[in-house]
Amino acid sequence: MATRARPLTAMHWTGAAFAALVALSVLGPLGAVMARADWPPALGPGDWAAIRFTLLQAALSAALSVTLAIPVARALARRRFAGRRLLVTLMGAPFLLPVIVAVLGLLAVFGRAGWLNDALAALGLGRIDVYGLQGVVLAHVFLNLPLAVRLILQGWQAIPAERVRLATSLGFTSVDMRRQFERPLLRAVLPGAALLIFLICTTSFAVALILGGGPASTTVELAIYQAFRFDFDLGRAALLGLIQVAICLGAGALAFGAIRRQEVGAGLDRPPLPWPGDTPIARLGDAAALIAAALFLLLPLVAVLLKGLPALPGLPPVVWEAALRSVLLALASTALAVGLALPIALLVARLRRPGLVEALAFLTIAVSSLVIGTGLFLLIRPFGNPVPLALPVTGLVNALVALPFLLRALVPAALQADATQGKLAEALGMTGAARLRHAILPRLARPLGFGAGLAAAFSMGDLGVIALFSTPGQGTLPLEMYRLMGSYRTDDAQGAAVLLMGLTLALFWVFDRGGRLDAATR
Amino acid sequence: MLQLDELSLTQDGFTLSLSGGIPAGGRVALLGPSGSGKSTLLSVLAGFDWPDRGRILWHGQDITRAPVAARPVSILFQDGNLFPHLDVADNVALGLRPDLRLTQADRARVEESLAQVGLGGLGARRPATLSGGQQARVALARMLLRDRPLALLDEPFAALDPGLRTEMLALVREIAEAKALTLLMACHDLRDAERLCDRLWLLEDGRKVLDVGLAGLRDDPPAALRAWL
Repeated sequence: MATRARPLTAMHWTGAAFAALVALSVLGPLGAVMARADWPPALGPGDWAAIRFTLLQAALSAALSVTLAIPVARALARRRFAGRRLLVTLMGAPFLLPVIVAVLGLLAVFGRAGWLNDALAALGLGRIDVYGLQGVVLAHVFLNLPLAVRLILQGWQAIPAERVRLATSLGFTSVDMRRQFERPLLRAVLPGAALLIFLICTTSFAVALILGGGPASTTVELAIYQAFRFDFDLGRAALLGLIQVAICLGAGALAFGAIRRQEVGAGLDRPPLPWPGDTPIARLGDAAALIAAALFLLLPLVAVLLKGLPALPGLPPVVWEAALRSVLLALASTALAVGLALPIALLVARLRRPGLVEALAFLTIAVSSLVIGTGLFLLIRPFGNPVPLALPVTGLVNALVALPFLLRALVPAALQADATQGKLAEALGMTGAARLRHAILPRLARPLGFGAGLAAAFSMGDLGVIALFSTPGQGTLPLEMYRLMGSYRTDDAQGAAVLLMGLTLALFWVFDRGGRLDAATR
Repeated sequence: MLQLDELSLTQDGFTLSLSGGIPAGGRVALLGPSGSGKSTLLSVLAGFDWPDRGRILWHGQDITRAPVAARPVSILFQDGNLFPHLDVADNVALGLRPDLRLTQADRARVEESLAQVGLGGLGARRPATLSGGQQARVALARMLLRDRPLALLDEPFAALDPGLRTEMLALVREIAEAKALTLLMACHDLRDAERLCDRLWLLEDGRKVLDVGLAGLRDDPPAALRAWL
């Protein structure tokens, strides 16, 4: 790259500097964790149990999510019905939903005093317990089933309509359809989808924090928190952090190919395929799958709304203060993520090296947020008390977590903008701010709005690093909600959940909408 | 005068390699099948790609590696010549002030050049509300304002129907003659070439296989051209 016909501008060099900065802010804390970890490593039975539980629950969650997703995706691919679009949109909602809100909703339906147990009791049947392994897996399936459905549905929608028409003309039966269409499709999509969900579940913290715990059901990520928070054993926390990195590296290396193919926010609105070999039984099965999935995904949200709305006006001031803090934190974290992502995306587009994005994504996935948080704590400590810095550290980590999603949304548009409008701008001698404002940004407005919305929603709902080293008086809304749940103030917790859900979706909507405002960009 | 000295560029397994000269005010049509190197040659002349070897001279001055915007060049692409989010007047004004900081006098000049291409009064419209022919005229109005002596046209009218294409070629010819532009146009049709240009370069596999005057060419085409036709 000694000479280039289209030279790199200050913006591109800024992107290079920011990419290096991002790498440093992940690798720096990782280095601190490595230096501080107990050595030689002495793993107690509890630690081994945590490793086993992490892998077991992730494997179960992944297997269940993709298995249950198969009939739902099939039904969405081949049926046309009122509310189909809404259902597809709903499949995207758990992605934005704060994990703690989802868990509270699941507790309202499946918990001790939940609807399901009430119904079982009325029928004179025994109660089910939602804590421990089954609870963790239930929550992970709730959070990841929609992702699995979307991934499989993308596979369905990639099938050319001509090929289905050909099948129709050849008189395919439903058995032929399965053999010639569905099985090859599932073979191609399922392993990647399962590995991706496995990877997501290995870094699960908030779910394990609320529904797990205890020696039998602690994830490694949760064990880091406990070593840090309860025992203040930094050497052990750091060692567990290294184990977590090893698990993520292993799962990440396996899932890498799958993550590459995963498109964030890809449109799934293509009209459904006409289906050769359709039968009444198939129609019935599809209807059952769709209704079951809709109930499973909607009921917890409805429960939160029904129970939380009445509690909303009576929420204590501390909750409103936490809400304000969370919104400000989300805005700052989003600004940071967007400020980092834009120059990096433009650099990646000019170099035509989308692989750089994957490298950064891999880095932030391999080093989970609690590991980064622990590392930052270790780095700050020699210079002063890290606790007052809890909010800035949380904002930074949230921005790092959101960055790969933002980049993945931005880079395709940036590649296109650079190749078409960027070239035109150069031919006309547009430079600097004029080039950015008139030639590049209008092309990026939509993915930028969408990505910023994601970043804001992630940060708003995050319950991770903030739990690691916050004190009362600096809590975010999810943390405050967790405290309310811990002190059995369920009404207030449900009110806070409605507030959190509302604020998260509103932030996402405002950013996403902002990106679409200029309708003339197409 | 534009002079190409042993230009050579290899890209994705394809090699462009040619020499040639065009006198000031000369208008050359680049003909040849798809993939013969027409667009690559224009891209090298505009500065989007640098040749591996050879030189480009403009009136004796070496511009082989000059930045795109510093070249004496206006280029019209096959498509995507307009920014869809800017109105017509702003799209044209980019030829005058790429940062769009316009004075009253600038705006008057924009309106004048729009009138010259027959689009007077349409400055406030968005490109999407114009027909294909009108969009091409907007790009030409901008070329007028850019006022660079070397015009490169990469099949800019390929999407227009034949009648409209003839009209646009006549308009370009009018502009080129008035401004004494040196011009290269990639195209597919010998008759289109005749309407605007005075010379023909036939490209094949990245090489120039024919370099002849266009006058009377169709009555007695040389063997290389006959094979292509």
